[in-house]
Amino acid sequence: MDIKSLEDRFNEKIDKDIRIEPKDWMPENYRKTLIRQISQHAHSEIVGMLPEANWISRAPSLRRKAAALAKVQDEAGHGLYLYSACETLGVERDDLLKDLHSGKAKYSSIFNYPTLTWADMGAIGWLVDGAAIMNQVPLCRASYGPYARAMVRVCKEESFHQRQGFEIMLTLCKGSEEQKKMAQDALNRWWWPSLMMFGPTDEASTHTEQSMRWGIKRFTNDELRQKFVDATKPQADLLGISIPDEDLKWNEERGHYDFGEINWEEFFNVIKGNGPCNKQRIDARKNAYDNGAWVRDAAAAYAEKKSKVKQEAA
Amino acid sequence: MKNQNLFHYTLQHADNCLILGQRLGEWCGHGPILEQDIAMTNISLDLIGQARMWYQYAAEIQGEGKTEDDLAYLRDAWDYRNVLLVEQPNGDFAKTIFRQFLFDSYSCYFYEALMNSSDEHLAAIAAKSHKEALYHIKWSADWVVRLGDGTEESHERMTAAVAELWPYSGELTKANKTEAEASKDGIGIDLQALKERRDAKIREVLTEAALTIPESTYAHEGGKDGRHTEHLGYILADLQFLQRAYPGLEW
Repeated sequence: MDIKSLEDRFNEKIDKDIRIEPKDWMPENYRKTLIRQISQHAHSEIVGMLPEANWISRAPSLRRKAAALAKVQDEAGHGLYLYSACETLGVERDDLLKDLHSGKAKYSSIFNYPTLTWADMGAIGWLVDGAAIMNQVPLCRASYGPYARAMVRVCKEESFHQRQGFEIMLTLCKGSEEQKKMAQDALNRWWWPSLMMFGPTDEASTHTEQSMRWGIKRFTNDELRQKFVDATKPQADLLGISIPDEDLKWNEERGHYDFGEINWEEFFNVIKGNGPCNKQRIDARKNAYDNGAWVRDAAAAYAEKKSKVKQEAA
Repeated sequence: MKNQNLFHYTLQHADNCLILGQRLGEWCGHGPILEQDIAMTNISLDLIGQARMWYQYAAEIQGEGKTEDDLAYLRDAWDYRNVLLVEQPNGDFAKTIFRQFLFDSYSCYFYEALMNSSDEHLAAIAAKSHKEALYHIKWSADWVVRLGDGTEESHERMTAAVAELWPYSGELTKANKTEAEASKDGIGIDLQALKERRDAKIREVLTEAALTIPESTYAHEGGKDGRHTEHLGYILADLQFLQRAYPGLEW
């Protein structure tokens, strides 16, 4: 079959919402874009473990400690499914990790902000996981099968994390003056970076059009951002804390909240590596990888010895 | 308190689980392989779960209306009754693995025997925890073998871990007054019988791992009676920070 007919068949599947599977023919750019998008998501999961793991040892009750451990472990699990989904496209996890460590591959910039108080564990669950869900739920219908299936599992757990984060915030907001102050401070620091999680404006977004055509993106950045603001404002009211945006108000005509201008200079700076924790996060990942090299070597050497013994016995 | 000895006995085990769970949790996000990062967090989670069952029962025995968190977050080091082994720092992966193996090779037989406790509550905690302990020992023993018999470097690192932690192995199986009394009452277990099974397990696994069993039988001890190493104070400073800085609040 020539390229033209392969392409036609691929496009027909996309149009009919039939999933593309690993062994199906796909355009090289579709494959590359998927690898970039899925690995970026996988990296976000494992880098995202770090700011929250930071509070496991200091969780304020045994129940919270267990929940924090379980949550961060879920993130690791998401990383694992997503790396596996990526491997179905013909790349190795090790190579993906090398790209993360060299700075070639990106991860969600939100994890370059520090977790300074316990309330950050609430704010991350509520806002960051909340924003992630907005981004990810539509991807359960992504055109690439292994990705869509991984996202179904990821989204189930993320919505549990989001409720858990909100519940931490609620407990703080019903607590002492200091606890309420902690909650407000966390909202102040996490609000704008959470809005940035949806990426640049539609005008400035370079990949959106093609990705929507391919069914690996279902809504634009600005649509998702609006959805997030609309869903989150009433939740902040319920908590009794204020979103740090003077321009945030209901627009009757649009049926949406209007909100202020995002500081795009900060956004691009953090992407370029100038966020408060970029270096710390990548160093932590690199150290884990480098210090683990002898462990991986030992496991490989042992497995090889065992398989040799087996062969000789056979 | 009606049953001081049972209270202390229960706390000893609660503290072991909590402190080892806390130590393992430090690995979260920093493991050598993603799958092993998940495994360590999982074991940490099991241990925190076990600690909660023990503390809840201890609070009930104490009968002062305290909670699991009061016991975990508001006692100072001298009231902690964990063995010295579990408060030892993580070190490299070899040291963490060997610390875990020394603990698991005790706890799987401990829980097995405790299922026959005359105290129904202890027997129930044991039944639930034993299943987890069997999974833990499988994981840590497999890694002792893999690292001991892996590469030259991993063998050297395991040898160093064995040498460093060996003096902390004996405390687990040497009964203090609390344990001797609990065993006599039929509440606790016979540590001498456990020691024989555990020593055999350690011999079996270390032999398979091509590691030498140290000759010294010297054992550091005191943790079970509240005399700790310098490490525990730092662990508690982290663990208890919020409860100490903002006393009496709901979190």
